[in-house]
This record gives sequence, C-alpha cells and structure tokens, in this order.
Amino acid sequence: MLNKDMKILIVDDFSTMRRIIKNLLRDLGFNNTAEADDGKTALPQLQTGKFDFLITDWNMPGMTGLDLLKAVRSDAKLAKLPVLMVTAEAKRDQIVEAANAGINGYIVKPFNAVTLKEKIDKIFERLEANA
Amino acid sequence: MARRSPRKKTEESPLLLAARDLLARVEAGDEPGTARALEQLTQLRGDTLFEELGKLTRQLHEALNSFRSDARLMDIAAREMPDAKDRLSYVISMTEDAAHRTLTAVEGRIPVVGDLQRRAADLHGRWTHFRQRRMDLDTFRGLSEELDGFLLHTGREMERTHAELTEVLMAQEFQDLTGQILRRVIALVQEVEAHLVDLVRLSGQRREEPAPAPVDPTAPTGPAVPGRDEAGVVSGQDDVDDLLSSLGF
Repeated sequence: MLNKDMKILIVDDFSTMRRIIKNLLRDLGFNNTAEADDGKTALPQLQTGKFDFLITDWNMPGMTGLDLLKAVRSDAKLAKLPVLMVTAEAKRDQIVEAANAGINGYIVKPFNAVTLKEKIDKIFERLEANA
Repeated sequence: MARRSPRKKTEESPLLLAARDLLARVEAGDEPGTARALEQLTQLRGDTLFEELGKLTRQLHEALNSFRSDARLMDIAAREMPDAKDRLSYVISMTEDAAHRTLTAVEGRIPVVGDLQRRAADLHGRWTHFRQRRMDLDTFRGLSEELDGFLLHTGREMERTHAELTEVLMAQEFQDLTGQILRRVIALVQEVEAHLVDLVRLSGQRREEPAPAPVDPTAPTGPAVPGRDEAGVVSGQDDVDDLLSSLGF
C-alpha cells in the first residue's frame, strides 16, 4: 500500500511548476512535500535523510536534474531513493541517458494529473515487488 | 568587337590585336582603314577607363552600405539588445505573475468546492431518509436548520468562487501583452540577421569555415518546438513509456 505520509522533495527552477506539482500531489493525498529550485539546493536537503521520494526537473541552472540524479545514485545513503524526472527534455538519447543514470520514472512536460498518478503508482509497485 | 569581355591570358588582348591591325593598315597605306583602326583603339582605352570607374563606384557603394550596416548594428548592440533583454525578462515575470495569480485562485477554491461537495452528499443522504419518512420530528428540525445554513453558505461561497474565476480569467491577459513584446523581439532578431548577412556578403572573401563546436547530444535544450526540433524527439508520454519498456522498465 502506498504510504501517503511519505516525504517528497519537488525540484524545479520555476516556482509555478513546483506549485502545480505540489497541488497535484495534494490531490493524490500526498501532503508532506518540500521544494528546492535546483540540484545544488536540493542535494543538502536530501542528505538530511528525511525524504522518501524525489521529483525533479532536468534543465535547471546551477545543477541539472541529471547531475542531481547521478549525485543521489553515487551517495551510499541516498542510492536507493526513488527518483521521478518531470521534464520538457524529450530526445530519445536523453531518455536513454536518464535511464542509464538510474531514473525510476520519466514524465515529459506538458503532462497531466493522471500520468503523474500512474507513474508514482508504478514506481512504488515495482519497488514493493523487488523488496 | 566584344565590349569589356573578360580576357584570358591565353588569348591575345584586344588592345594588342587593334595595334597590330593599325600597324598593318598604315603599312598598307589603307587610309580609311587606318582611321577606323585608330578610332577602335581610342574606344578600347575609353572602355578600360569606364571599367575602372565602374569598379570604384561599386566599391564606394558597398563601403557606404557596410557603413550603414555597421552603424545600425552598433545602434542595435548599444540600445536595442539591452532593451530586448529587459523586454524578455518582463515576459518571464508577466507569465510567472499570471501563473501565480491563477494558482492562488485555484488553490483557494479547491478545498471549498471539496467541502461543499461532501456536505451536499451528507445532506442528500439525510434528506432521502426524510423523504422515505424514516425521520422523527426533532431530527428533521436539526436537518432543516442545517439545510438552511448550507444553502446560505453555498450562496456566499459561489459568489466568492465567481470572483476567483474572474481573477483566473483576467490573469490570462498576459498572453496578449507578452505576444506583442515577443513579436517585437522577433522583428529585431530578424533585422540583426539581415545586417549580419549583408556584412558577411560585403566582406567578400570567403573565410575558412570554422569547425562546428562539439555538441553534447544529451545536454538539456528545453521544450522541443514543433516543426523545429523533431529529430530524435519522442512524440509524447506513450512514446517515452514504450522507449523505457524497451530498456527493461
């Protein structure tokens, strides 16, 4: 069963996109969210160890979502954190690279509430099946 | 006789041919022929002058043109580019404001609508009990008061909802304003492009084409623009899902 109290970090450089994702998550019953505006500010938050799920954009100034993903995967404490990428980057090569870097799900913008729910459900179903 | 025709080194020059012709006619004592040959030589000399004058005129014209292009480009660089940057920043802040205004209105209304929906469902359930005559008088009095309160509350909340929806409507005005600004910036970019093309053409000499900078194929490029960036781009979420499942996801 999906834990609705899990703590989710939303990383996007546009505050409006963070607000949209936060609202969609709230509609899905996830109220425990925090925000960061790029990889650089997200990483120290993640390293506190309080987060159960990361939703990140790719193209951000400072530190991109892909670099954040790589940093997460190479940090022993965070390596297993599920990561969902929500991005406008839509090239096949990019999706393959994100997959190789260890993404758990990939959503292309523009997206909708149904897609977000499907991907989150799928990520946690798969994690449970593998646990 | 060809006028101002390009001369190849392998061919004899028209001047030399005319001089030989003149000499031959003088030697032969052909007076009308000598006069014609002399006339021809004079004309050839005039043609050369004319050609040089043409070259100078063209150079002057191009120098003036390039000066105009230079002056305009300098003006663009000094004044209009910073102006365009400010305008584009303004576009970002306008779209951001509009999105926040809309989100604030929507965030304010979603819980209210949810609450009204729940209370309406609850009251409808109890109202059905009453219609089925399964309710005593005291309970009915309570229900009646609650219904009264609910109708009043709904009326007030709908008034607020109407105001918030109007706010969402008004927030969309950014599209018109940003559209106008973006059109002006597009016109400026087109003008710069035209001037640069002119300068490259006037500078004449072909320079060696610089080697294209190496491109990272997976560096982020932002949203794909329809009709522009279609190579290797997925067509939507289904395409992404297919690709990922082909990779074992």
